[in-house]
Amino acid sequence: MTDDITVPIAADADIVVARGEGRMLAGRLGFSRTDATLIATAISEIGRNILHHAGAGEVEIGRDADERRVAIVVVARDQGPGISDVQRALEEGYATGSGLGLGLPGSRRLMDEFDIDTKPGHGTTVTMRKWRDRDALEVVREARGRHD
Amino acid sequence: MPVPILKQGDYLIASIQSALSDSEVLELRDDLADRIGRYRSQGIIIDVAALDVIDSFVARSLRNIARTASLRGAVTVIVGIQPDVAVAMVQFRLNLEPLQTALDLEEALALLDRHTRGHGRDDG
Repeated sequence: MTDDITVPIAADADIVVARGEGRMLAGRLGFSRTDATLIATAISEIGRNILHHAGAGEVEIGRDADERRVAIVVVARDQGPGISDVQRALEEGYATGSGLGLGLPGSRRLMDEFDIDTKPGHGTTVTMRKWRDRDALEVVREARGRHD
Repeated sequence: MPVPILKQGDYLIASIQSALSDSEVLELRDDLADRIGRYRSQGIIIDVAALDVIDSFVARSLRNIARTASLRGAVTVIVGIQPDVAVAMVQFRLNLEPLQTALDLEEALALLDRHTRGHGRDDG
């Protein structure tokens, strides 16, 4: 998809780039300024997780849609040690590395969908989505575009 | 780019100019700790209006700055939290305690003035 952006994460400055790209794409997809900030904050947390737990990885940001809604999709991938106890990692206050264990549960609250695919020794992929309803005009325009 | 820190009387004012990386946030923490000692400052104002996000790392760093400052007898006030950033912080359930916040610089200065004047008094 043309909207897809991949930001390699290898240093803390890359987190700033990734959340900036997320904010921009959110704006282009019609999300409010507040939603764009929620999305940027979740990207910041998830990018930091990559850096602290795996050392490097990437954040891919793209678009998804269904009949009535548009989504921004954030996929954070690393080849790090993986998470052995995902349930615990999603609990409040579960501390690993130098974090306070707020990153994953906090990000989950900022987004609509939050999914972790991980296996010890095989890296971690976090997929997050935030949806917004399309208004009637958008739906009509797209329907017309399809039939023209 | 380091965050400029101005000395104004007994106070230090740090005005963040753009989005900060984690290491730049830690640099600000160290710069402030150093200057509180050097200038014997009684108050610190940190203007965060230009920050794009306040996530768990930034919140924790701001709390650490305030705790460090308080050990050296200085009060920290955060100003300029943007409305959308405030919404994100609430939804994330981030905590800024024991930080004090104010809407803008003027309010922060008034707050520090009350605080430092009232120091040592028990009638508030």
